[in-house]
Amino acid sequence: MIAIIDYNAGNIASVARALHVIGQEYVVTDDTSVLTAASCVIFPGVGAAGEAMAYLRHKKLDSWLLGYLSSGKPLLGICLGTQIILDASEENDTQCIGLVGGTTRRFPENLVADGRRLKIPHMGWNRVALRRPHPVFAGVPAEAEFYFVHSYYPSPGDEKAVLATTEYGITFCSALAVNNLVAVQFHPEKSGRPGLQILKNFCGWRGR
Amino acid sequence: MISKRIIPCLDVRAGKLTKGIKFQGNVDIGDPVEAARQYYEQGADEIVFYDITASSDKRDIMIDVVRRVAETIFIPFSVGGGIRSLDDMRRVIGAGAEKVSVNSAAVLEPGIITQGARAFGSQCVVLGMDVKKVAVSRQTPSGYEIVIEGGRRYTGIDALTWAQKAERLGAGEICLNSIDADGTKDGYEIALTALVSEAVRIPVIASGGAGTPQHLADVLTRGRADAALIASMVHYRTYTISEIKKYLSCRNIQTRLLW
Repeated sequence: MIAIIDYNAGNIASVARALHVIGQEYVVTDDTSVLTAASCVIFPGVGAAGEAMAYLRHKKLDSWLLGYLSSGKPLLGICLGTQIILDASEENDTQCIGLVGGTTRRFPENLVADGRRLKIPHMGWNRVALRRPHPVFAGVPAEAEFYFVHSYYPSPGDEKAVLATTEYGITFCSALAVNNLVAVQFHPEKSGRPGLQILKNFCGWRGR
Repeated sequence: MISKRIIPCLDVRAGKLTKGIKFQGNVDIGDPVEAARQYYEQGADEIVFYDITASSDKRDIMIDVVRRVAETIFIPFSVGGGIRSLDDMRRVIGAGAEKVSVNSAAVLEPGIITQGARAFGSQCVVLGMDVKKVAVSRQTPSGYEIVIEGGRRYTGIDALTWAQKAERLGAGEICLNSIDADGTKDGYEIALTALVSEAVRIPVIASGGAGTPQHLADVLTRGRADAALIASMVHYRTYTISEIKKYLSCRNIQTRLLW
């Protein structure tokens, strides 16, 4: 059974609907005993880092996540769920969970591409260039695009954690992977077929 | 780099499409959920529903439509029309829409933008602006004025000032509709779109006037739009979304070509 961590984040229902359409059974819960029993866990998220962390601490889900990751079972972070697994976020100077070393940074002001000032948030479809193959990205064509909506991006301390990058005035880390953890900045649940493929791959992944 | 978005807009009244949509094959042309599925399959980057239901007692039908659309398509979609309160926004987002667009209600009570952004995040709140060209005056220095109630009521508010204010209040995106160009199929209002898009930091969706793929090319380049809303040119199957995207691609305008 796949578990989706329930912590008041905006896109939980969308992730659940996407799992439903790929025929995957799931449970949405903040009960750590149910989460611990799951075969893999999805950590979604839309919203602000500060509020999300306050809620997670209140529910003791931050310390639970640290323990879960060391169990070796697969974990998938999505959007805010990806940003707050790092040590800290520049969004309201928030201390985060620290599953992976690094900081979530805000896009610099005055990002420019082709002589034009870029909009923030980075909202829309963009490519994701893999640095190495990964089972969670199996069968996803290189030209596939994914739906992004964010003003901050994850910047892992260890370059080896970067699984994929995306161009938006700068080259930023749009997916990271360390052992049994994969975390993406885009929304696979809203990225059409390639996004559903990633969710499907994740649900079948053993974390190795 | 980020792709320009092509966004079909569907008008819905009491749960039914108000204009027939001429899809090939055996399709119930009155069903907005089926239409959304077709556009999703054709490569739409996002879908907008505009609820033009006049009577409030039939509004709940739209919530059911939103719920069924959310189970059918896996791209972002937004819902506008008749959104007057935080509760209206909550119902639409709770049913599965990514974004909700506020228009007249935000003009009358700008605080709804901030409330919505606080409750759901800025990325959920789209400001819909209906704009008419007017004489340049002290009140409307940009020469464009905000109109509400479907273009019937002039507000005395300058379009550029309003766009910048809405951004400060927390809007995550602007859907900019030219009432003058709307329905003409003569092309988007390029000058207005460029003016607004250059003046704000948030993405701008151009709306009103699309008749040919060249119109989209114009507004996405000279008009500086981040996305283009289309309606009749795809509803009546004059063009498919993939034809439009191929055309744009030949003109070096990047769109999402694989879905």
